[in-house]
This record gives sequence, C-alpha cells and structure tokens, in this order.
Amino acid sequence: MAEAIPRLKLEHIYKAFPGVQAVQDVSLEVYGGEILALVGENGAGKSTLMNIVNGVVALDSGRIVLDGQAVQIPSPRRALELGITMIHQELALIPELTVGQNISLGREPRRFGGWINWQQVYRQAQQELDRLGIQVSARARVADLSIAERQLVEIAKALSYQARLIVLDEPTSSLTSRETETLFRLVRTLRQEGVALIYISHRLEEVFELADRIAVMRDGQLVAQGKVTEFTPNRLVHLMVGRELNEFFPKSQTQQGEPILKVVDLQAGKEVRGVSFELRRGEIVGLAGLVGSGRTNVARVLFGVERLKQGAIWFEGKPVHIRSPRDAIRLGIGLVPEDRKAQGLFLKQSVRYNIGTALLERLSRLSFLNFRAINQIVRNLVERLRVRTPSLNQQVRNLSGGNQQKVVISRWLALNPKVLILDEPTRGVDVGAKAEIHALMNELAAQGMAILMISSELPEVLGVSDRILVMREGRVVAELTRAEATQDRIMQAATGQIER
Amino acid sequence: MNQSSSIFRLMSFLRNASTYLILLVILVWFALLSPEFLTINNLLTVALQTSLIALVAIGMTFTIISGGIDLSVGSTAALAGALAAGVATRLGLGTVAGLVVGLLSGVVIGFLNGALIVWGRMPPFVATLATMAIGRGLTLVYTQGRPIAGLDKSFTFWGGNGWLGVPVPVWVLAVVAGIAYLILKQTPLGLRIYATGGGEETTRLAGVNVGTVKFSVYLFSGVCAALSGLILTARLWSAQPNVGIGLELDAIAAAVLGGSSLAGGSGGIAGTLAGAFIIGMISNGLNLLEVPSYNQQVVKGMVFILAVMLDYFIKQRRSAPAATAAED
Repeated sequence: MAEAIPRLKLEHIYKAFPGVQAVQDVSLEVYGGEILALVGENGAGKSTLMNIVNGVVALDSGRIVLDGQAVQIPSPRRALELGITMIHQELALIPELTVGQNISLGREPRRFGGWINWQQVYRQAQQELDRLGIQVSARARVADLSIAERQLVEIAKALSYQARLIVLDEPTSSLTSRETETLFRLVRTLRQEGVALIYISHRLEEVFELADRIAVMRDGQLVAQGKVTEFTPNRLVHLMVGRELNEFFPKSQTQQGEPILKVVDLQAGKEVRGVSFELRRGEIVGLAGLVGSGRTNVARVLFGVERLKQGAIWFEGKPVHIRSPRDAIRLGIGLVPEDRKAQGLFLKQSVRYNIGTALLERLSRLSFLNFRAINQIVRNLVERLRVRTPSLNQQVRNLSGGNQQKVVISRWLALNPKVLILDEPTRGVDVGAKAEIHALMNELAAQGMAILMISSELPEVLGVSDRILVMREGRVVAELTRAEATQDRIMQAATGQIER
Repeated sequence: MNQSSSIFRLMSFLRNASTYLILLVILVWFALLSPEFLTINNLLTVALQTSLIALVAIGMTFTIISGGIDLSVGSTAALAGALAAGVATRLGLGTVAGLVVGLLSGVVIGFLNGALIVWGRMPPFVATLATMAIGRGLTLVYTQGRPIAGLDKSFTFWGGNGWLGVPVPVWVLAVVAGIAYLILKQTPLGLRIYATGGGEETTRLAGVNVGTVKFSVYLFSGVCAALSGLILTARLWSAQPNVGIGLELDAIAAAVLGGSSLAGGSGGIAGTLAGAFIIGMISNGLNLLEVPSYNQQVVKGMVFILAVMLDYFIKQRRSAPAATAAED
C-alpha cells in the first residue's frame, strides 16, 4: 500500500492570520493509494492547511513536496495542473449551469480555435459520471439536482481533473447513509487506483471505517499521526479536544410532563402525507428518516413556513392555526433550521445582533430599543452556552460551525420557547461543540422544554432521544422507545425493508 | 434524471417564452387598436428606434449575467457621439477617424470600469455610477454644452436606410447581436461569464481568471454603448450633449424583461432583444395612438411590473419543487 516516496509531503508549514497562528510547524505526508484522515476541532487549522495545499491561501514558510519534488502552489489553477483537487465543504457548483458545464469550467474543450466543443463537454462529463456509477444526466441543470446528487457531481468534477491527490472536506455532511455508502465505494475505488486521499470529517465512525492513517490537529499544530490501528475513538477525541469527554452522548434522566404539542394527520405539499405524534414537556423526540422523507417539511409546517393542507395542530390542549413564523413564535415554538448560514444567521452581523434580534419587540419601550437589557441577556446567553467569540461585536461568519449553531440556539433561548425544533443541530459541528449542544438539549429538556430533533446521524438520534419517530415518504412509519431503538430498526423502517 | 431534465427544459422554455409571449400580446394589441401599426414601414421604424436601446442592452446583458451592472452606458453613448462628431468636423479628420475615436472612447470607459471593479475592488454599481458622472461631465466639457453639427453624408449614412430598405442601425444591431450570441453560447468566455455571475468564488476555484472575465464584459458593454451613441449621432445629424440620459434604465429593463436576473448567472441575447422590442413597440404603439408622452411613461412602468411579475410567477412554479427537494 505505502510507496517509498510520499505523494505529498508537507515540511514545517507555518501560516498566520492577523491575530491567529492558524498553522504552526506542521509536517505531514500522504502516500499514493492511501486514505489519510485529517481530524480536529473546528478552528484547529485543517482547512487552512488544505487551502495551502490547494493554492487558495499562501504559506508563510515551509516546503511542499509533491512526488519528491518541491513545488510552489500560488493559485487554485496551479494546484489543478499539479493534479491536486479539493471537494469543498461548501458546495462548489454553479446552480445556473448544467452538470457538464460545471465539470468543464475552466478547461473547456475547444474546436476551430476558440469555440467550445459542446458535444465533447457533455460526452466527457457523461463518461465520468457513468464511470463512477452516478445516475445524473450531464445535461441536467445543477439547480434541479438534490443536494446529494450535487455532492456526487462535485466528486465527479474533482476526479475529472485526473487528480493524483484529492482532499475531501466533510463530504458526507449533507448525505444520507445510503449516499454515504456510494461515496465510500468511490473513495475506496480511487485508493485502489493509486490516488492519495485526504479525508476531513467530524464523524469518527467514518474515520475508522475508511482511513488507513490518521493525523490529528489541535490549535494549529499536528498533535498525532499514525496508523488507524494505533487509535481508539476515545483517544482520538482526547487528542482533538485536549480534554476527556466521558461520553459522546451523555443522557440524563428526565421527568416527562404533560403533552404540549399534538399533531393529527398533518398533510402539507407533496412531502407530508399524514403525520401524527405527540410531544411532551421535558422530552426529546428524535425524528429520523432518509433525506426527502418529509422531516424538514414537518418542522416547517409546525413553524408556519409551509402551509397546512389538512390535519390539526393542538398546542397546550387547544387547537391552533400556525400561518406564519410569527404565529409560531407567539405560541412559543422555535426552529433551529437545517441550513444555519442561509436560514439561521445574519452572517455579516455581530453576535450581539444575531441573538438580540429575537428581543426587539419584547425589549423596546415606545419603540425605542432597550440596549442595556438586550446586552445583558445576550451576554448571559453567550456565557451560558459558552459561545467562543472574541467579543459580542464579532461577525458571526468568522465563528466556527459549532459556535455559529450556539448563536442560533441562543437566539431562541432568549425567547424561552416551550417547544424547540432542531433540524440537524450538529451538522458540520466538531465533537467538542457537539457534546456541548447535546448536553444543552438535555438541560433544556430537564427544565421542561419539549424538543423535537431532526437528525440524519443515527448515533446522535439514538444517543439523545427519549423517543424516536421514523418517517418514510411523508408518513411516520415507526415509533420506538429509547430502549427498543437500534440503528438497524431505524434504517429498516426508514427504507421500508423487512428484517435482513 | 432524464425525465426531470426534460421537464426542466419545458419549464425553462416556458420561462424564456414568457418574454416572447408578452411581445406577441403587445403586437396583437396594437395591431388591433391601430391600423398603421402592422405595416412594414412602421415595423421598420420600430426596429430603428429599438436598435439604439437594444445595442446598449446587449452589452448590459453581459455585465448583468456576470453579476454586475453598467450604469455608465448613457454617458458613454453621449461621449462617443460628441468625440466622433468633434473629430470628424472640428478637427476635420473625417468620418472614419471620428468613428474610430468614438469607439475608442467606449473602450476607455469600459477599461476604466473594469479597472475600478477588478483592481479597485469597487462594487460595479458604485464604480459605474462614478464613471457615468465622469463621462457626462467630459461630454459637457468637450461640447461646451452645445450640439456639434455639420456631419457629412458618410457619417449620417450610419443612421439612414441601408440594404434592402432596412435601416443601417438595424443591420448593425443584427451583426452585434449575432456576435454577442456566439460569444455567450459558443465560447469559453461566454460560459465563464455565466459562471462568474452564478458563483464567483467557485469559478475562481475552477482555475478561471475572474478578473479577465469582468474586464471583458465591461469593455464589451462600453463598446456597445459607444456604438449606440455613434448611431444616434448619425441619426440626429449632430452630437447632442444631453442624449442618452436614462438610457441605462431602458437597457436594464430590456435585459430584465428578457429574463436576465439582476443576481447574475442567467440571461441571454434573444431574450434581451425581445425585451428591447417590447419597450420599443410600446413607445411606438402609444405614439400611434396619440397617447401623450407623459402618460406613456406611466404605461411603460406598468407593463414592466406586469412582465416581471409574470416572469416571477413562472419562476416560482418551476423552483418550488426543486427547493423543497433540496431542503429535506
């Protein structure tokens, strides 16, 4: 497996940004035909390091050696020429263009001098997709594809560069288990073909399933590097966080109170086709199911974003009509949306602003804002949730994923909701912050809040929930108690398979 | 997948067709109201009047697709006309020299826009707002606020009737539109213009020099605007310092009516031409119906609202299922 000369060798890489030593004396190698997992908390310097390798960020000092030769990588273009590609965490496809156009962008096949050879564009793209077993037409517009399909197209794009080194940054964060399997198969095929792969993920199960070697970063430094067999999950977490996390999913016993929210035969759009369930005070209910099963739509109906076609919602024993998010908030329902950057945050605004917006109506006198009271509440929440930010004036986009999520949750807590719906609350969040968010959910439930959590990550669903609902094709197809739920049972219900 | 892409094609056809549908409705409507409207002579007049807006709108479409905008086009048109007329008559260097200098002024302003946006990192709106003021100011300084007349026949030829009785400006428009279409649809630059508007960072990561793309669109827009200014000067037999005020708005309207999104990444030449013709036909039709010119403005605005709403409605229809699919 391992060859004599590493495909990529990094020697004593340093990179500082104003105020932060992002990468400090990192030396690392990856060989052809191996998968190196690069792990670490958000802000540990993984992305900076990979951006250096991809020519997005310039290094301060250090050497990059590719197949035994020292190279300079001043631009993404140069990286591509050297056979280095990266699959970015943020989807890097242009929605208005077709799949083929996206794949050929920047190196369009030409004929008669300057004209694009469209036939070749689509033929090459389709060949690449077919080779990888991705069932997408090269002529389809990216905007019309699902998130998962886009992710697969992105991988096809990266591979079409004849890459010798591929960096995958959190490639599974928006994939379901089944699509993740497809991706893993692809990644393993590439390893066989002799490609060197660097795999960044917060999901430790994936790391242990896939990687040959693991490199751990913390605070800009490389703290460990070795064969996968040298690590255990606990040791890995310890290395990443620098402290011991006793349990991934600490679960405290909660006292469950009376029902607070009850939905009967909820129907909305094409996605929700008859959903009934009950939510009690002090209870965390996990809503599992495949992407597209209608989970998010249920959340959006309860929050008044999507219109109810049929069915009834009872809140605190009374039937209610929720026609807008305003209605939902008035009742005391909060939603932490799936896509926090697009739907949950004002990225260019401060932490104070992001949390404080919730309080505008409540804390104004004669329509003038009571800034002192708002500040007080915001400060308390930031301390309580341990949001790591240099100041309340910090722009939210500069925070790590975990801290951004805490800001979204803080905004809701400022309003003391009775029901909190969390849609994929720990997507793209590192282990440390994840454990904190889970602990917080437990704490809130213990105080009597009812929590509905949508998650595609089965260990999370199993670890956090008191009760689990499984959706398939717009209906709740199973309800499992914490004791009876297993990954297999959830997956069988979600996919509609009978016991294997 | 094939099925959904063919559904998409149908919807995108409908979406693009909405512009042509509006064009058709307006055509039929005016034809019913005024017998003169649907005569060859009048339609040629419409084409002649439209060609000025359409030329500018084609350049504008490039900037809008790339995610930018060019507010300086009206000033560029005026400056190009004034310089061309000045060089041809005051300096006595003749028509060819005048036209070349006029076009060069478009290149210079386009280059200035590109430099401010790419090297100066200014938002296109702000950069071209500034060059709009500069261009207008230079025109007034050069002309001292007075028209430059005395153009000879070789100059006014460019505003008159041409081959097959079709006005020369319409031929010019046809050629420019053809070139613009080929650039957008058949060259790497065209694809990269769409890509830049759709996602600048992504385009850069794909190894494309986004700066070059932006420079190209503002240069092209400058040249289109200058061309329009030259033709206008030829038609008026003189350069007027105050022509082209508000031209940028007509051009933006034509592009948006034609399906360009101000957010960038979408649009096309055929749509823009249709958009320009909608604007041109409304003016012409209302003139034939003897609607006072003040009232015409109101009608134009209302048609614009209707057209954009229709477009929005069709777009919503299309994107609704896709959006929810992406959400869960």
